This record gives sequence, structure tokens and C-alpha cells, in this order.
Amino acid sequence: MNSPYRDEFRIQGFRFGKGKKTVAIVGSIRGDEVQQQFICSQIVKNLIEIEENGDILPGHEILVIPSVNHFSMNINKRFWAMDNTDINRMFPGYEKGETTQRIAHAVFEKVRKYKYGIQLASFYLPGEFIPHVRMMNTGYQNTDLARHFGLPYVMVRDPRPYDTTLLNYNWQIFKTQAFSIYSGSTDIIHKPSAKMAWVSVLRFLSQMNIINYECHAGYNSSVITDINQVTVKSDCGGILYSFCDANNEIRKGDLLAKILDPYTGDTLSTILSPVNGILFFVHQKPLIAQNTVLYKIIVH
Amino acid sequence: MIKTIISEGLPVDENLLIRKNIIRGKSGKKRLCIVTGTHGDELEGQYVCFELARQLEKNRDLLHGIVEIYPALNPLGVDSVQRGFPTFDLDMNRIFPGDQNGHLIETIASSIIQDLEGADMVIDIHSSNIFLREMPQVRVNIESADTLVPYAKLLNTDFIWVHDAATVLQATLAHSLNTLNTKTLVVEMGVGMRITREYGDRLVEGIFNLMTHLGMWQGAVAPDITTPTLSTDGEVCFMNADASGIIIPSISHSVTVKKGDLLCQIVDPLRGKVLQNVLSPVDGVVFTLRSYPVVYEGSLIARIFSEKQRL
Repeated sequence: MNSPYRDEFRIQGFRFGKGKKTVAIVGSIRGDEVQQQFICSQIVKNLIEIEENGDILPGHEILVIPSVNHFSMNINKRFWAMDNTDINRMFPGYEKGETTQRIAHAVFEKVRKYKYGIQLASFYLPGEFIPHVRMMNTGYQNTDLARHFGLPYVMVRDPRPYDTTLLNYNWQIFKTQAFSIYSGSTDIIHKPSAKMAWVSVLRFLSQMNIINYECHAGYNSSVITDINQVTVKSDCGGILYSFCDANNEIRKGDLLAKILDPYTGDTLSTILSPVNGILFFVHQKPLIAQNTVLYKIIVH
Repeated sequence: MIKTIISEGLPVDENLLIRKNIIRGKSGKKRLCIVTGTHGDELEGQYVCFELARQLEKNRDLLHGIVEIYPALNPLGVDSVQRGFPTFDLDMNRIFPGDQNGHLIETIASSIIQDLEGADMVIDIHSSNIFLREMPQVRVNIESADTLVPYAKLLNTDFIWVHDAATVLQATLAHSLNTLNTKTLVVEMGVGMRITREYGDRLVEGIFNLMTHLGMWQGAVAPDITTPTLSTDGEVCFMNADASGIIIPSISHSVTVKKGDLLCQIVDPLRGKVLQNVLSPVDGVVFTLRSYPVVYEGSLIARIFSEKQRL
């Protein structure tokens, strides 16, 4: 696509192997998804080597699209550079519609007929997750397949009305087994969780007999839903002084954080864990408003 | 009476405040709510709120019932020239009915719904965005058209657009309230970041006309209330850019065009070339027209309503 004054807008894909459309992998769709872009670049790097070694099994085609929205990434914006719309809320797209609908349509036409779809996704709240596979409860999801990624958790949640325009949701509706990989961070590269994510994708490809790739078996994933989680919110605004990280085991009554007065440093609120469990999501920005989601705890 | 319906602590020495002005008549229990400012860059509703409050405060003796005016559902956005709710990714008008256990903005959305639920009528005023200018119109979801169109006709707009029930609309304030049997009309008019006084005056007259029909207003009503065109009497034609460039307009907004008329040109100023002559594909009224000149392939340029030929 041409732009008024910028370079031509190009979305590049990398194809590996020949045969049936087996796996499509999509990296960053939002301009701040640097971690996702990095993970995808590592997947491409590995697949180039795997293909050169003849380790892509016959009859399979893999498509990787590392970046859908670099026009925004290059100018430090999360959403589409021109009108601030979110490409990941435009699927399945519309070829005669608005610009981002057209981009979504062009991408979806390329990725829709694959057996498996993998998206490197980011969360709408700032924070750190335990790396996990996320699926929407559309009736088409297959959690047994998701466990082949070998990440600690497979999270299944009910779609909300605004989720129906996501890539993941539309993949599932169009009969592709879709998985979203949440890898911890978004606008910074967190090397350990990034490696965990790209290795999990290669592990999945190996487990599904698409490539030969030797790695450890990964985790025996636990399947969780919103019911298994407790949300802890802030009861006032201030500076968040957190004492824990994602993946920490905690017990009921443990001190999770203090909210400090930004003028005096006094403790305005003490945040204690309401349950025994493991921290699945941890809010990371230091300034918080009242009613901010601070933690999501998987209950033991 | 000014009432704060939501007060949430922000990080440093400030509360997020959502307020409404409750104007009570001498009698009557019917409640009309005027809401706007969900998108911080849509300001046409500001003038309507001001003018309505001014006239009602001056003429309380003619009011039977309660009018509640909410000028800024997204006060941080309005005050900081941001369409969205600052620090939050999702469009505020895509998260209703909200969630008391969710993030701050989801909690706020839930509280807004609780505050509005049960009103006899809610009017949710929008003004497109900075890219498009809209003729005064009421937008009604087809699911609630039978109930709402008779009220929409009273609002002194030019057009009523009955549109399909796209899934994302389920998460709007209006859809959520209509689902709860709180009748809600969505008005779209003007353009983002601007106030068009003429449109505001017309809508204020329309609101008084609606209040008269609801038995809430005993004052004078403008004698020349417009009878709007209904979209179901014709077809809405969307026109999107085929080229990326700069738009040079050839028509003004809200005009009637003939098939083949030049609406605008998309040009390349660097090379002095016309990239596309945008011609009307139908006879009709241009009720949406692009106001922001920079376009990409796909950018919406115009919507034209083409009425069915009457035999």
C-alpha cells in the first residue's frame, strides 16, 4: 500500500516447507509489541536453519508474518499511525472498508486457511504475565492441543462482544485451531520469557510432527479459566511499591504491595493476598489509580 | 444541583470526577438524561449541554420532570484532547456494560450504566471524529428501531440511520442501555474537536420538542422541526479512497449530488498529479464528508444517502 509521503507499506511473510497449509504465525499487530516482534524474528531465524537442515517434514507449509503494523512501530505508536484504530480489532477485515479493515482483510486472506494459527499477543493492561497460551471459549478451542506448547498454563476465557473482531477469534470461527501466546512483556524485550515463547512455538511444531526439533518437553500445562483466578485491585491511587513478581507462590495474608502517598511516602494501603496461590499477572507501572487491577492470582 | 456520580483516586493528588447536573422541575417524575464526552475529541455535545442547562435553569417552572446532564463521561480525555480514556487501550464506547471487578475504566462504565438505568430516555451525543463531518442524524440499531424511531423523529435532525446490529455495537453505551430497556438515542453531528453552533441549536430545539411529547416541557417549541429522512427509505453508499494522498474538496457538506458529480480529488502534491477523481456513484445527499485532508487507501471519504425512486 502506498502512503502520502512515507515509504510503501509492506507486510512481509516467510514461507517454510511445501505442502498443506499447516501453521500460520503472526507477530506484532500493534506498534508497541516489540517483544512479540523479537520472538517472531527468532522463530524465523530458527526455521531458516531448520529448513536448511532438511528438518521440515514433507507435506507442511509454515507461514510467518513477523510484523503487521511497523508503520506505527517506527513512530512509537501502538495503534495505526494515521487514525489510531487497532488492526487487531478489525478482523476478519473488509477489502472495501477503511484502511485498517483492508490491512486486516489482506492479512486474514493469507493466514485463514491454515490448520493451526499462532499469534504472539499482548494484553490491554500494562504488566507481566506468566507465559501462557490463551484461547477463547468459542466451542472450537482444543486445550489438549494447546498443552503441546509446554507453557505453564493454558488459559481459556469467554469472549466479550469486543473480542469478536480479534484475529484469534476469527481464526477459530473460520475453523483454524488458534492459539495466542502471551510472553510476559510488550514494549521491552524480556529475554527469558521471549526465549520461553519462541521455544514453545518450535516445541509445538515438533510435537505436531511438522518439524524435527529437539528440546526439553516443557511444562505439563495446567488449563485454567477466570473461575480459577482472584483479582486484586487497588483501593486508592498512589505509588505502587510491589514486593512480588509473576510466578511467585504466595499464601493468604502475604504482603503483596504497599500503595504509598506520592508526597510523603506514607503507606496509604497495604495489599495482602486474599488466597493461597500463584501470581499469574502482576501490574508493573509504578503509578496506579484507584480500582486498578494489580494482581491476578491462580488459586491453589 | 451538581452531583458527583464517580470519584476515583488518581495516582497523585487528583480524583477522576464524573459529574452531572440534575435539573428538577416543579413536578413530575419522568427523567431525561443527556450524555456526551465519551470520546474526548467529540465536543459538539458541549454546546448542547450548556444551552440546555442554561434554558432549563431559566425556565424551571415549565419543566415537569427531571433533566440530568452529563457533559463529560470521559473527563480526562476531554481535558487532555484525547479521544480515548487516557492510560487505557480500549475504546470507552466498546466496554459497556462494564464490570465492577474489572479495571478502573470497566468499573466506571458499570457505574455509569447503574446511574443511567431506569431513565425514561437517554440521548447520547457524539460528533464523529476529527476526520469526518456528519449531518445531524440519529443512529438506531435495527433491533430497537420499532421502539426508537418514533422518538428519533422528534429530535430535529436531518436523517435517521437504522443500521445493522454489528457485534461490536453490543458493547456501546446505547446498546447496553437499550438492552436494559432504558431507551437510548445516539445523535451524531458535526466534526471532532469543533463546535457547530447551528447544529447544537437545532438539537436543543429537538430535545425540547421530544420533552414536550414526553410531557416534560410546557414551554414554547420551535415551529419548524425538521422531518428527517429515514435510511430504510433508500440506500447508504460508502465511498472509500482508492489512493493515498491529499484530498482537495469539490463540494461542501450536506449537499445533494448527482451521479457522476465530482466530490473531491485525491492528489499527489509532490508530483502535481491527480491520483483519483472521486465521483458520486449515485444521486443522493452527502451526509458524511471527510474533513481531514490526508487519506490512505481505504480512508472513508463520504457516505451518500440515495433515496428510492418514488413511482
